[in-house]
Amino acid sequence: MAVATDPLLSVKDIVVDFKTRYGIARVLDHVTLDVNSGEILGIVGESGCGKSMTALSIMGLVPDPPGKVTSGSIKIGGMELVGMQLDSLRQIRGKDIGMIFQEPMTSLNPVFTVGEQIAESVRLHENASPKAAMDRAVEMLKAVDIPEAERRARAYPHQLSGGMRQRVMIAMALACRPKVLIADEPTTALDATVQAQIFDLLQDLQEETGTAIILITHDMGAIAELADAVAVMYAGRVVEKGTVDAVLSAPQHPYTKGLITCVPHLEPDPPVERHELMEIPGVVPALTELGKGCAFAPRCGEATEKCSVEEPQLLATGDKHLTACWVAQQERAQ
Amino acid sequence: MGLWSTVAERVGYGLLLLVAVLILNFALISIAPGDIADTIAGDMGGADASVIEEIRTRYGLDQPFYVQLWRYLSRVVQFDLGYSYFYNTPVTTLILEKLPATLLLVFSAQILAVITGTLLGVLAAKKPNGAVSLTVTFLSLFGFAAPVFWTGILLIILFVSIFPLFPVAGMMDVTVEGGFFVKTLDVLHHLVLPMITLASIFLALYSRLARASMLEVLGADYVRTARAKGVPERGVLYKHALRNALGPVVTVAGLQFSAVISGAVVVEAVFSWPGLGTLALQSILARDTPTIMGILFFSSVVVIIFNILTDITLRFIDPRIKSG
Repeated sequence: MAVATDPLLSVKDIVVDFKTRYGIARVLDHVTLDVNSGEILGIVGESGCGKSMTALSIMGLVPDPPGKVTSGSIKIGGMELVGMQLDSLRQIRGKDIGMIFQEPMTSLNPVFTVGEQIAESVRLHENASPKAAMDRAVEMLKAVDIPEAERRARAYPHQLSGGMRQRVMIAMALACRPKVLIADEPTTALDATVQAQIFDLLQDLQEETGTAIILITHDMGAIAELADAVAVMYAGRVVEKGTVDAVLSAPQHPYTKGLITCVPHLEPDPPVERHELMEIPGVVPALTELGKGCAFAPRCGEATEKCSVEEPQLLATGDKHLTACWVAQQERAQ
Repeated sequence: MGLWSTVAERVGYGLLLLVAVLILNFALISIAPGDIADTIAGDMGGADASVIEEIRTRYGLDQPFYVQLWRYLSRVVQFDLGYSYFYNTPVTTLILEKLPATLLLVFSAQILAVITGTLLGVLAAKKPNGAVSLTVTFLSLFGFAAPVFWTGILLIILFVSIFPLFPVAGMMDVTVEGGFFVKTLDVLHHLVLPMITLASIFLALYSRLARASMLEVLGADYVRTARAKGVPERGVLYKHALRNALGPVVTVAGLQFSAVISGAVVVEAVFSWPGLGTLALQSILARDTPTIMGILFFSSVVVIIFNILTDITLRFIDPRIKSG
C-alpha cells in the first residue's frame, strides 16, 4: 500500500444551487471527488445528473446568474479555487486545468484559424512570442495526429471535420501542459470510429504526458477501457465511486447495476437465452422536487421504507469502494 | 471564390442595377406633368405655343420616349448628365462641386453611428439588465424616435444660446485664414453638429443590433472555450465575441447607406451644409430636371459602391463567407 499522498485535484462537498422559476434547484449536492496525478477518473450518469456541472464548477465557469457555488472546496495542488479572484482563476484555467467540450462543431471560434486559437492559449500563459506560440501550436497539432499540421494550423474551423476539430480542442487544452484535463463527453457528437480514435488519442497522450484526466461520459465501455477510477452520479450526488475494477465488476448501488445492464452487448454467437436489454424505469426527478430520502428511491427495485425517509451517505462498501445506498451498506454490515 | 472574382461579379451587378435606376428615374420624370420647355417658357415670362414647340424640338422632347431614353443613356455613358438651365452649369460640374461635402457628412456620421453604436451595444450586452443597458436603450430609442430636423434644431439652440462651442451653419468660416491644416480644422469644427444630428438617427439601430448580436454570441460555445483557456474578460468581449457579432451590424450599416443619404438632405437643410442635399432641395423647387436626375444618379452610384465595400468587409470579418 502506497503512502497516502494528497490528491492532485480534490473536490470536497461542493454544492451548486440554481435559482429557477420553480424554486432553488440543488444541481450538485455535496459532491466529493479526488483525482490523483496520472490517473483517469471517469464520471458517469444520465443527462442532467450534474456531470458537466461538476466540470464547470472546477473551472469556475458555473453560469452565474442563475447558478452559484454555495459551499465546498476545490483544491488543485493545495490551492483553493472556490471564491478565488477571477484574475487568479484565469491564470489557472488553460494552464493548470484544460478542458474539452462536448460539441467540437461549435466550441471553436469560427473567425480565427485553429493555429491562432491554440497559440492564444500559449501566449496567455507562457509569455511566448507570437512566433514561438505558433510553433507550439503546430507541434501540438502534430501531437494529436493531425496530418499536414503546418497547413492545417492556417485552416479555419469550418474547413475541418468534427473529429479533426475535437483533436484541435484537445491540442488547445493540452498546449500549456496542464496538470488536469477535463474531457466533457468528448465523443458524444462524433461517429463511432472517430470516437474510438479520440479515446485512443486521449489514452496515448495521458501515458506520454502523465496528465490526470477527468473523463465525463455515459459510455460505460470507454470507462471500462480507459479509466482507473469511476464515480457514478445521480441527481447531483455521487452515489457510488471506487476503482473501475471494483465498481464495474461488483456494482453495489442499484442505479449503477442498472446502468451496467443497460449497455447492449455485441455477441457473434447469441446464446440460446438472449439477454434482455435492461432499462431503468422512470426518469431522473426534477431537482426542485427532491424529497428527504435517497433520490433514486422512487425508481429503485430494492428500496425499503428507510430509503424514502433518510438520505444515505457515501460509505465504504468494499476495498476502495464507496456507495451511498442503505441496502448495500446493510448487506456490507452483515 | 476568390476576392477579385467576387468584386468583379458585384461590380457587374452594380452596373446592371445602375442602368435600371437610370431608366426608372427617366421614366418617372417623363410621367410627371410639365417639362423643361414649360419652365423655360415660364422664365421668359410666357411664350406662345409655337415657341414652346420650337424649344421642345431643340431639346428633342418631341421624340418618342424610347428615343429620348436612348439619347439620355448614351450621354450618361460619356459622363454627360446634361445641362442645368437653372444654374447655367453642366450638371456633372455642379454635382462634383457639392459631392465632397455630402460624402464627408454621410461618411463621418455613418462611422460615428456604427462605432459608438457598436460600443454601446457591447457595454449593454455585458449586463443586459443593468443600468448601462437601460440607459443605452433609452437614449438610442430617443434618438431614433425624434425627427432629425427637431434634433438638429435642438442642438442649434443648445449650442447657440447655451454653450457656444460649435458653429451651427455652413461648412467653413470665410474669415478663417491659414494653411490647409487650419482650414481642415475649421471644416471639422463645422462638421460636429450636423454629424451628430445625422448619426443620432442611426445610433439606435446599430446599438440595439450590436446588443442583440453580442447577447447571442456571448452564449456561444466558443465563448465558453475562450473563458476556459483563460482569456481575460476584455479579450472575451472585444476579441472573441465582438468579431463574431460584427457581421449583422456591418450588413445593416451597408444597407442603411441610402437611408443616411436621404437623412443628409434634411440635415444639410437644417445646418445650411453646402452639399448635394441642399442642391437637391433647390433643384426640386426649381424643377431643374437634369440636376435632380444627376443627383439621383450619383447617390445610386454611392449606394452601390458602399454595398460592394460592405460585401468585401464582411469577407474579412467572417472567413466562412468565402466558401459560401
